[in-house]
Amino acid sequence: MPADLSRRLVLTGLLATPALLSGCKVFDRLPPDGATRNLFEGANELTHATQKLVARDALAPEFTRADIRQGMRPNGVTNPADADYRALAANAWADWRLTVTGAVEKPLSLSLPDLMAMPSRTQITRHDCVEGWSCIAEWTGVQLSRVLAEAKLRPEARYVYFRSMDTIERGLSGGIKYWESHDLRDALHPQTILAYGMNGGPLPVRNGAPLRLRVERQLGYKMAKYLAGIEVVPALADKGGYWEERGYDWYGGI
Amino acid sequence: MAKGPLVYRQRIMTRLTHWVWAVSLFFLLLTGLQIFNAHPALYLGRQSGFEFDNAVLVLGARQDGDSLRGVTTVLGHEFDTTGLLGASGGEAHGFPGWATIPSYHDLATGRVIHFFFAWTLSLTLLAWFVSSLLNGHIRELIPTPSDLRALPGDVLNHARLRFHHGHRYNVLQKLAYAGVLFVLLPLMILTGLSMSPSFNAAAPWLLDVWGGRQTARTIHFAVMALLVLFFLVHVLMILLAGPLNELRSILTGWYRIDPEGDSHAR
Repeated sequence: MPADLSRRLVLTGLLATPALLSGCKVFDRLPPDGATRNLFEGANELTHATQKLVARDALAPEFTRADIRQGMRPNGVTNPADADYRALAANAWADWRLTVTGAVEKPLSLSLPDLMAMPSRTQITRHDCVEGWSCIAEWTGVQLSRVLAEAKLRPEARYVYFRSMDTIERGLSGGIKYWESHDLRDALHPQTILAYGMNGGPLPVRNGAPLRLRVERQLGYKMAKYLAGIEVVPALADKGGYWEERGYDWYGGI
Repeated sequence: MAKGPLVYRQRIMTRLTHWVWAVSLFFLLLTGLQIFNAHPALYLGRQSGFEFDNAVLVLGARQDGDSLRGVTTVLGHEFDTTGLLGASGGEAHGFPGWATIPSYHDLATGRVIHFFFAWTLSLTLLAWFVSSLLNGHIRELIPTPSDLRALPGDVLNHARLRFHHGHRYNVLQKLAYAGVLFVLLPLMILTGLSMSPSFNAAAPWLLDVWGGRQTARTIHFAVMALLVLFFLVHVLMILLAGPLNELRSILTGWYRIDPEGDSHAR
């Protein structure tokens, strides 16, 4: 090939690269329920199945006190404005109850002292936000498996919904309160706890007081804060959570 | 100049996987930058320092009167990168919209596409490894002692833009392709997996290999930069060595070698 032609092609190539890249708006049209989106989201199932296969019942890494180098960074709602929440907080959670309902033999209504009277688990773990950052903190609470054992799961029980007290979004049809869900594999995992304590003190409001979920093998958005109720169900009635309805994967393990 | 003979140089598996990887890496890069933009900072260690400093790179934005300045901080040293990094088009984002998929902030969609192409890349890489072990292609990528002796001359020839078109890869090609296939891509997959909290439970020892999840994330980013560098040099070499011949070989497998044959590469 003549040298001048080669040189011209090089120049064209270099000049074309930014033009090619700025064409990426081409890929902006990916409707939430389109066929392409469904194809891509199909990979989430493969990812979930693989994670179940390789992680099995393994525990998330736990750390030491020396690894707690800062306060726990809060995310999402950090100070619920909801009137019922403020009233409960003003009364030091004396009137707050955690309800356990749905596919259980014995529905429960537990106060904070009830939960604290149960055997506790303390774990120093790394919280990974879907945004990419990590923060290590110590969490104290009761294993969810103990609470579910007390409520006695009925045979059809498959999933657990977690209902929060904080309004994350105000829409035309009123406020949307945060919610999440897990399958029994993660709900019954030994490190899955309902935490009322953090870094040696009571759980602060910005981190989900009076009670929040810790599911250590998944990302932060799966761990609902400001819990009010737990509902055991045979099947999910929606995409499984606030962020899942907005395109995030239901199994937040990666 | 007399034309050399056409030889069959690229097997169907090589050609197929090449293009699957090209498409996958394109989407992985641009969705990766979208994911990075959700928290445009890199750290060393197990966690991200919010109350202490372990950041190695931060793409930030700062209000300066009426304008928004992009500020890139590398190991504590600040650089004004307005228009490219930190702030562009009057908005604060790590990488500009033209470098991400989608072009606007949409972490959820970025993740869905990223993980889809992470699978296509990993599975085709695995298929390529197995078939290349069986058909001997892997040996064609590993430099021989005589290749290494020819290295200084080969570097000199490339620097002078004198390209030999042989039946086999020259030593710089072998080093570049082997580096990408045996080092960079496996590193990318392993550091990517190390960012998964569920994979951390399965293989906690891998975190210790890197020195923590945030270091794994930083390595993932650094290897991305090396892959981009490889891509730029790869395309430059194709353009300089004769783009039509090179493209024909990666599309049809047939490659025109120099009339004197491939004595040099052998």
